[in-house]
Amino acid sequence: MTTITRDPPKLDVVPEGDPRDRGGPAQPLLIAQDLKKWFPVRGGLLNRAIGHVRAVDGVTFQVLKGETLGIVGESGCGKSTLARLLMQLIPHDSGVLTFDGDPIGEMRGISMKEFRKAVQMVFQDSYSSLNPRLPVEDSIAYGPKVHGMAAAAAKSLARELLEKVGLRSNLFGQRYPHELSGGQKQRVNIARALALSPRLLILDEAVSALDKSVEAQVLNLLRYLKRHFNLTYVFISHDLNVVQYISDRVLVMYLGQVVEIGSVDGIYTSPKHPYTRALLTSRLSMDPDERVEDPPITGDPPNPINPPSGCRFRTRCPFAEAVCASAMPTLPKWLDADSHVAACHMHDAAGGHSRSGNPPGVLDPLHALAPAGRGPAPVVPLRPAVVA
Amino acid sequence: MTDITFGAANPAKVDTAPPVKVRGYWQSVAYRLRYDYVTLVFGFIILAIVLAALLSPWIAPMDPQKTSMVYRLKPIGFKQFTLGTDELGRDILSRLLWGGRTSLLMGVVPVGLAVLIGGTLGVIAGFIGGKINMLIMRTMDIFYAFPSILLAVAISGAMGGGMANGMLALTLVFIPPLCRIAETATTQVRGLDFVEAARASGAGTASIIVHHILGNVLAPVFVYASGLVSVSILIASGLSFLGLGVEPPTPDWGLMLSTLRQAIYVNPWVCALPGAAIFITSLSFNMVSDGLRQAMDVKM
Amino acid sequence: MWLYVARRILYAVPIALGVTAFCFALVYLAPGNPLQLLLPPDASAEVIELIKKTYGFDKPIPVQYAIWLGRALTGDLGVSIATNRPVTGEVLGALSNTVILSVAAVILAFSLAFTLGLLAAWFNGRWVDRLVTGFSIVGVSVPNYWLGMVLIIVFAVNMNWLPATGMGSKGSESFRLTDWEQLRHAILPVVTMSMIPLGIIMRTTRSAVSEVLNHDFVQTLRAKGLGEFAVLRHAVRNALPAVLAVMGLQFGYLMGGSILIETIFTWPGTGFLLNKAILTRDIPVLQGTILVLALIFVATNLAVDLIQTAVDPRIKRA
Ligand SMILES: Nc1ncnc2c1ncn2[C@@H]1O[C@H](COP(=O)(O)OP(=O)(O)OP(=O)(O)O)[C@@H](O)[C@H]1O
Ligand code: SF4
Ligand SMILES: [Mg+2]
Repeated sequence: MTTITRDPPKLDVVPEGDPRDRGGPAQPLLIAQDLKKWFPVRGGLLNRAIGHVRAVDGVTFQVLKGETLGIVGESGCGKSTLARLLMQLIPHDSGVLTFDGDPIGEMRGISMKEFRKAVQMVFQDSYSSLNPRLPVEDSIAYGPKVHGMAAAAAKSLARELLEKVGLRSNLFGQRYPHELSGGQKQRVNIARALALSPRLLILDEAVSALDKSVEAQVLNLLRYLKRHFNLTYVFISHDLNVVQYISDRVLVMYLGQVVEIGSVDGIYTSPKHPYTRALLTSRLSMDPDERVEDPPITGDPPNPINPPSGCRFRTRCPFAEAVCASAMPTLPKWLDADSHVAACHMHDAAGGHSRSGNPPGVLDPLHALAPAGRGPAPVVPLRPAVVA
Repeated sequence: MTDITFGAANPAKVDTAPPVKVRGYWQSVAYRLRYDYVTLVFGFIILAIVLAALLSPWIAPMDPQKTSMVYRLKPIGFKQFTLGTDELGRDILSRLLWGGRTSLLMGVVPVGLAVLIGGTLGVIAGFIGGKINMLIMRTMDIFYAFPSILLAVAISGAMGGGMANGMLALTLVFIPPLCRIAETATTQVRGLDFVEAARASGAGTASIIVHHILGNVLAPVFVYASGLVSVSILIASGLSFLGLGVEPPTPDWGLMLSTLRQAIYVNPWVCALPGAAIFITSLSFNMVSDGLRQAMDVKM
Repeated sequence: MWLYVARRILYAVPIALGVTAFCFALVYLAPGNPLQLLLPPDASAEVIELIKKTYGFDKPIPVQYAIWLGRALTGDLGVSIATNRPVTGEVLGALSNTVILSVAAVILAFSLAFTLGLLAAWFNGRWVDRLVTGFSIVGVSVPNYWLGMVLIIVFAVNMNWLPATGMGSKGSESFRLTDWEQLRHAILPVVTMSMIPLGIIMRTTRSAVSEVLNHDFVQTLRAKGLGEFAVLRHAVRNALPAVLAVMGLQFGYLMGGSILIETIFTWPGTGFLLNKAILTRDIPVLQGTILVLALIFVATNLAVDLIQTAVDPRIKRA
């Protein structure tokens, strides 16, 4: 059916026991511990820092070998910043990153150059992610050349990767980015990321800018490539459908923090955190038959420069109580791959919330459970989670 | 046929777009220029001026330095002097041909040097950002606080005349604007994802600048610099006119204008000739620069 | 906005300081002993000692700069080598003559360029537009000192309508607008000088006006039956702030860039003073004149920026 009728690929399928593997299958590929990144906000007469955007504020999670970890959250919640931190494109203010057991950027750890080979990224904006002055195959060949591959070898690798992502190299290799469609550019971006044979691919809104049909093609391509190259994905998107389709586990972010993490089925069928539930409800509400009367989440996300005390979601949470303002709920310690945990006092038996240990059931309509006297605040609804 | 190696159908469907003739950026610029006749005409005028200046030893009818008391300030078309003579009886036509050399040199060399120095500073400032950017760009701002001709006069006036000093002054005049153009372009490019991607693939600063920044900064810098050549020619001949540029008896258009000025009542139109040469040259460079700007359509 | 104003003023201070440092350094750019440059060649030993003391030539350079700056701030720019008179007086005397030229030239250029730019925008793309645009390229390509010479040749030498150079028999100390003799002398230099900002004012007008004309709301106005004249008036009102800003900047530029034209017309302004200083290697005058002109340039840029923010609150700056 497919039209690839050429010599067997030179890039062989990575064997079961990946020679690049160091820590064994049980060792998470990437561990992020308490990562923080605050951007200074400048202003005033002398342009001094007058505050900080807490873009990523104490994020802890693990990426298991071979899995696809989806990351979802509203616009501006720090997804891209987290991606850049994981890539070490920007330094983190505090926290520890461990790659396959080796700490990054420390003595005795993995060197930055090795790390850069092992972790690659596909950027959101296919327009600005390719150098307009370079033919695309040169863009792909650039990375291997940086790592010492001879120019001719890098070029043939680039052409081979173009074929792998579904672009005929003799047709597309010499083209400039402006001569490609969005989907084709994104394929080139994926090929470029693969050129260093990475183990972890971070995809930041990699399909968000594409048409639905092209998006499906690229998603399938990603699934194929993952198996073919023995990859692990961190897949960032605000599109809940796409994340559900591609992920094994899902991490939900709100205002620079992780609010819930669990298997894709767990998150999508029995979401725990009120924010996750609201996100999923707002997705359903896209369907006119299931649209609920009141918008499930109201208001804009709070200012990340001055986040609310205690639980950051409390300004929009229908279950908020006094304890939510005074104490910040923490994520229970991660247990194993199947753990499904949420940072909410209701899901902490000792949380001090009236519903602690007895969180609302999955099927309860959210607004019906809201404490009496708290009318629905008719503010701007959350932007639809699905891009039409 | 299905690719069985992978266990699953390969979803990487081969895209079957029709073959297009692929043309790189500079190729398409050249293509556009080919049909811009106005620019081409002025380009040929520049070529002619350059050739005339280069070949002046062979095509000049007379020795540009040979004075003659008898033939002083003769009008256009007097005997063998096609364009008349100057106050020392030297042949104007020959001096105009020779004078093109210094004028072109003063037009091109300072701009070239300033592109190198200002461009480098701008790329460094733009790429590194932060305190370095601050230091470089604020220093440039100081030189922006002078009208260009005043700055040139100040520097060469203090250092004393001469062609080398004039060139140095002009170079200093052009460094700030070129630095600013390069800095703006670099800052814009630096924030784009492909530079991040290059960094993510482990490339060092130097490699990124060479492979990813320069190619994108070159076009706007080049367009701007091409416009500066005409400015440089104008200011340089202005300096010579003030006695700060080329020193006599070297033939130079600005200098000729300055000495012939005394003879304005005797032989007015001969006096205007060197200025006409400056005007035509500067106009041609401006027109070509304008055409380049359009062909390169710099949107940075 | 007030924050912007305060920051903009604050930002001008280091630039002004940089300008003074540059002017101070001019003496060191010059070949030879700076002391010699500041003194007439026949200065006596006592005078040399005195100057050495007051300028602090025996002290390190930063201290010398501080001394020099302190004196400059109190209005003491040294003494001219050529005339032995204080530089400040010489510069201020010449300044008014340059101001007259520049103001007149900017006004003339504005009235001409604004009309032409308006025409070009109105006949967008047609031959009028192309003619005007071509004219503006010619304007920036022409060596203005040569243009001055050509005007002298035509109007003074050939037709004998206007005086060629100078400011007239009454001398150069003061210019009176009521003096027809002096006005006649000013005509050619003003016309020549107006050619410098002509091109840029024209282009600014053209782009600002055609931007307004291309707006959707103008099309709507037209559809509603608004007369062409009213449309034009609307476009002019919208384009004026940008054009006036350019005009202000060009005024500062002309003040500093008048040297060639004043030399051609022997117009006794700062440019002419500068030229004399160059010829006689009168470094104190050179230094002082350039300092004053550059500071005027900085001040006009600042003023234009501030006025623009005050007049047009749409311009929001970070
Ligand atoms: N370089 C920066 N300097 C200052 N603030 C920044 C910077 N980068 C991001 N931010 C801020 O950090 C917050 C998180 O931004 P980020 O781009 O990570 O969000 P995101 O979740 O990726 O959003 P989106 O879905 O819109 O891409 C935002 O408030 C943003 O304004
Ligand atoms: S901690 Fe309180 S405010 Fe936060 S999500 Fe849970 S119930 Fe809502
Ligand atoms: Mg993002």
